[in-house]
Amino acid sequence: MSGAALSTQGLDKRFGSLVVASDINLTIPQGVRYALIGPNGAGKTTLINLITGMLRPDAGKILLGDADITAVRPDARVKRGLVRTFQINALFPHLNALEAVTLAVCERRGVAGQWWKPLPAYGEAVDEAYAILRSLLLDADCYRLTRELAYGQQRLLEIALALATRPKVLLLDEPAAGVPREESAGLFTAIAGLSKDITVLFIEHDMDIVFRFARRIIVMVGGRILVEGTPQEIAADARVREVYLGGDAP
Amino acid sequence: MTATSTAAFDPNLHLQAQTRWRPIEVAFWAATLLPFVLFPNHLVLASQIAITALFALSLDLILGYAGIVSLGHAAFFGLGAYTAGILSKYGFSDPLLGLLAGAAVAGLAGYATSFIIARFRHLPLIMITMGLGFLLLEAANSAEWLTGGSDGLQGVRKGRLFGTIAFDLYGYTAYAYALIVLFVVFLAVRRLINSPFGLSLRGIRENSVRMPAIGAPSRAHIRKIYTISAAIAGIAGAVLTQTTATVSLGVLDFQRSAEIVIILVLGGAGRLYGGLVGAIIFMVARDQFSGIAPQYWYFWIGALLVAVVMLLPNGVLGGLAKLGSRWRGGSS
Repeated sequence: MSGAALSTQGLDKRFGSLVVASDINLTIPQGVRYALIGPNGAGKTTLINLITGMLRPDAGKILLGDADITAVRPDARVKRGLVRTFQINALFPHLNALEAVTLAVCERRGVAGQWWKPLPAYGEAVDEAYAILRSLLLDADCYRLTRELAYGQQRLLEIALALATRPKVLLLDEPAAGVPREESAGLFTAIAGLSKDITVLFIEHDMDIVFRFARRIIVMVGGRILVEGTPQEIAADARVREVYLGGDAP
Repeated sequence: MTATSTAAFDPNLHLQAQTRWRPIEVAFWAATLLPFVLFPNHLVLASQIAITALFALSLDLILGYAGIVSLGHAAFFGLGAYTAGILSKYGFSDPLLGLLAGAAVAGLAGYATSFIIARFRHLPLIMITMGLGFLLLEAANSAEWLTGGSDGLQGVRKGRLFGTIAFDLYGYTAYAYALIVLFVVFLAVRRLINSPFGLSLRGIRENSVRMPAIGAPSRAHIRKIYTISAAIAGIAGAVLTQTTATVSLGVLDFQRSAEIVIILVLGGAGRLYGGLVGAIIFMVARDQFSGIAPQYWYFWIGALLVAVVMLLPNGVLGGLAKLGSRWRGGSS
């Protein structure tokens, strides 16, 4: 398994009789852009929840690099570089964008528990947060409360929060969900511009975007991985066509 | 920084501006000295207000900033009060020693219970904090050998500040002492909320689910602030004992826990000065209303509470802040 940034071995999860993940085996090499696609209810978000520790698997292992992180707490996984964003905005409504990203930077730098010196005393953390916001073109609005930001900006802030943790592996759950189609390409251009050291796996329904930005694609159906391959292989795969033409996916 | 960036857009200058002392704050603290001149006959009340303000400030740290609801915060106030009282009964009547001991005992109890507190939120948390409050009240009630039970603690002595300054009948010393303690603790709390840790607390309040996803150990943060808050509540309790030379089970009462929530919400939670303003309004209103109708004064407190929550959902300070930004022509 050496060389894999993230891998899973035989992940299983069921809610009662509903199987949401069944024998998931993944090996994701470092630096590759992966897309995770599949019809609604295929278990894509569940898989991200399992990998990031928000759900506990019934069986199986999760490895980050060579380290088994199956029993590691979610916040400790983030500290090790395994980071996610959320399909539905999970932000801090009454913090402004700068405060929110500074908070994440402070956590990563290990100063978030310091209570004696004021925030400006940690100028490097603030500057770093500001630089992240600027790289995502959020700097002009960074003093506005999160809840006052436009929806597209909030989606960018989701990514900014993740970047502030300096991820090695970044899992993006429908980063463009709810963003108008003409804006989502811009959002993915920002994602494509991320450092090549970061391994990215994103869930997305828009096939144009998937084929433009992913080097490899994983197709999930009914809690299982149906097939994994290059965009060309996936486009030519008869089983994938059947799922998408026969199913209700967009 | 690029050449085009202005002071208003420099993030560090922006944050510095937020932590700077504002004229209104200086005016507020200057005004706390007015009772010495204007109301020399009401200094006992003023000292009670300062103690209540300190207690409300401790609750603001957990409720206002971290979003941890508690209906049992009197437990820590009471622990501080009894600790200072019992110490002075056995001859250790130095007020500063009592303060430190009260803070330590309450802080330890806060730390011990924080492991439970950090696991829950919302309604379960209200039940748990209330339950812990009842447990402590009944424990104090039954431990008559230590606390005097329902008769109250007998033999509490008034110490002398620095071994020289006595507490007088008119409350000069009491108010000066309570005010200084309040101000010193306030300075520390003000630093705390402007620090990275203060930002983390607001993060927990705003979205506790997201916190682990940015690598934040929320529970460790909650344990820490709960301990600090409990210690401050203990200090408030100790000051009450030292300025009144009495301790009764009332310091642990559920009503005290409920009232301090009312006071904080009245003034405006999560606004640093909310508990202070709330304490002034509540205690002065109680003083006035109980003069009008001693039996029914809670009727008016009820009316005040309903009116404030309906008209000013963010408390009196929230309403004032909104008014202020409207005056400045800020869009909302």
